[in-house]
Amino acid sequence: MRNRTSRSVLTIVIALMAGGSLAPHSRAAPFVPQTGTEVLERLRDRPLDASARELRQLRAELARDPQNLALATRMARRYIEEGRTQGDPRYLGYAQAALRPWWALPQPPTPVLVLRATIRQSNHEFDAALEDLARVLKAAPNSGQAWLTRATVLQVRGEYAEAARSCEQLSRLAPEFVTATCLAGVASMTGQAETSYRLLVRTLQSMPSASPAEKVWIETALAEIAVRLGRQDAAESHFKQAFKSSTPDPYLKGAYADFLLDAGRPAEVVRLLAADARVDGLLLRLALAEQALGASELPARVANLQARFDAARARGDRVHMREEARFYSELRKQPAEALRLAQANWLVQKEPADARVLLEAALAASDRAAAQPVLDWMRENKVEDAALARLAQRLQQS
Amino acid sequence: MHASRHSGIGALCSRAVAVIAFLLFSAAALAHKPSDSYLSLTAQGSEVRGQWDIALRDLDYAIGLDADDDGAITWDELRAREADLAAYALARLRISADGKPCALRSNALLVDRHSDGAYAVMRFSGACGEDIRKLSVDYRLFFDLDPQHRGLTSITTGGTTRTAIFSPERATQQFDVGAETPLRQLLAFVKEGVGHIWVGVDHLLFLLALLLPAMFERTAGGWKPVARVREALWSVFKIVTSFTVAHSITLSLAALQVVSLPSRWVETAIAASVLLAALNNLYPVVRRRLWLVAFIFGLIHGFGFASVLLDMGLPRNALVLSLFGFNLGVELGQLVVVAFYFAIAYVLRVTRLYGRVVLSGGSALIALIAAVWMLERGLDLKLFPF
Repeated sequence: MRNRTSRSVLTIVIALMAGGSLAPHSRAAPFVPQTGTEVLERLRDRPLDASARELRQLRAELARDPQNLALATRMARRYIEEGRTQGDPRYLGYAQAALRPWWALPQPPTPVLVLRATIRQSNHEFDAALEDLARVLKAAPNSGQAWLTRATVLQVRGEYAEAARSCEQLSRLAPEFVTATCLAGVASMTGQAETSYRLLVRTLQSMPSASPAEKVWIETALAEIAVRLGRQDAAESHFKQAFKSSTPDPYLKGAYADFLLDAGRPAEVVRLLAADARVDGLLLRLALAEQALGASELPARVANLQARFDAARARGDRVHMREEARFYSELRKQPAEALRLAQANWLVQKEPADARVLLEAALAASDRAAAQPVLDWMRENKVEDAALARLAQRLQQS
Repeated sequence: MHASRHSGIGALCSRAVAVIAFLLFSAAALAHKPSDSYLSLTAQGSEVRGQWDIALRDLDYAIGLDADDDGAITWDELRAREADLAAYALARLRISADGKPCALRSNALLVDRHSDGAYAVMRFSGACGEDIRKLSVDYRLFFDLDPQHRGLTSITTGGTTRTAIFSPERATQQFDVGAETPLRQLLAFVKEGVGHIWVGVDHLLFLLALLLPAMFERTAGGWKPVARVREALWSVFKIVTSFTVAHSITLSLAALQVVSLPSRWVETAIAASVLLAALNNLYPVVRRRLWLVAFIFGLIHGFGFASVLLDMGLPRNALVLSLFGFNLGVELGQLVVVAFYFAIAYVLRVTRLYGRVVLSGGSALIALIAAVWMLERGLDLKLFPF
């Protein structure tokens, strides 16, 4: 009797102590840093380069002359580019601020409308972006930029016929490779992946003096089509070419990381993305790779991602739903929540990645009906995509 | 002018380059977390207190923190700009109570880490004249630089918390603040105190390490269980009381900002105190006056409590009340634990198991945990995978 009592007391004591290892860390609190030289934040991982200096200089010039339309649009364009290469949405806000004198006018100048559409579509305000573009094209039907942005938005929304018509407009306004890449992007989603691939390969061969940016654009498009066609080797070599052409941007890194994850090569993903944890979408892939490797950093990564998604929800953002759905599906293993997000996301955007996360969530949640809109979309558009086809087949069998 | 002379292919190509930059961007939805600040406000009586977490990255863009332009912001660089930072931020936050503006002033600058990097943490307070009934908050931080910035705000009054998001479109918002009685105010702090002792396992382990041998007295023939309840009670009472008195002193000094110590130093010293107390049970150095040990180390623990209280922000008009309430809460929470321990330990003290397993084994375990904490906190490592 005595012995049993003492054992249970011991259990309590041990439980209390084990609990102790949890508690003091769970409270994150503001602190006074230990030393003055302690580095609190690194703003950039490279030394200040020419492009960063140019941004600063432009900013100073614009501060002196904020009503200068040419200067403001140049500044906004540079900020948008910087946002793309760094994956930091702050730059979209900076671009918007540069355009402030014209942003809310009833009739903003055409260049401002084009930029406003770009910023709006980056925030997934697709309707507003299309409205801006329609106004631009009414006033200036020769704006190649507007036609191209319009094609992109329509393709993301799955409106392929209309997207193709926009691409065709480019043929008289821009070099051939722009039209070809635009059209191949759309056609590869609508039953002509093989033709599109060959067209793009030929286009690239015909432009030996293509700039690095042009090469990255076309090679990335080729890699993505090759992935969908299930041609691993070809995809790999296009990715490699894209990486060789220029400093890889977050979009390219994300696409290649997905390719590596599917190919069962998580260790390479960790090497690729080790320095990119600031970008949410890349942190997600890094965590997925670490999950595959059973790495010890995983719980901290998952907690960090959760905190970022929670913060995005707190501010009412809807931009992250694809990544968030994938987070709940693959990392948190909560199919119901993943499915809810994937369905909401599907109403906004319809790219292969959006289709995939919805099919995977529907499979995990054993909810075949939820997958139906995607299956219909695949059939109606004759979508060729090896990963989606496999998932669709598994759904049919379930 | 120059560009217009070029026509045909040249002009088309330069346009195409711009076009391309945008197309890739269009497809990319791989964003960072956008710019947010976290503002928590508490209205109490005629006073409003706040804590404002602002990303260093945003502050650098606004007022320039990176003095040596090496791409890294150090604590020295940040605190050198403390006054500018406070002036910049508080000029963009207008709070008024029932139509009268509250004069805001910054009280402290700290640092915190959020999921996307380091933030400056500014604690501020403001007197609004009369008891606050309707609070109007006008938030303009960064909206001129980044219209996509958001102020994620929580407003606490009388134990209830509301949240709000400030954006350029919704920069001014009103909040009803019911009158709050001192009693409810007091109770809120008592609750915080109890809550803290329950999650502050390091404080509990310290107390436990000191109390474990309280059921024994040292005699010529080694440890001997105390004979009567009164003796045991008396020695527990002395230890708990001296711990309480000591941490109340330093808690008050720190909360009133008479003394302030670096958090990591305090946390490490607390872990060290737990380690020493546990080791003393295994290899006794201090044998008779354990209450003195409780008092000396209690002084350090008080600084730990104070950091929690400061995190909550202190109402200037009710400083004594909140201190008293928080302390009372800590004591109540402590008392529950001690009573629980006492009841069990008193019964078990005569068993061999208590002396060998609970006293020795328990102390060894406490020492081990404390040693790991010490390493973690001292070297800023993370050894436990939690």
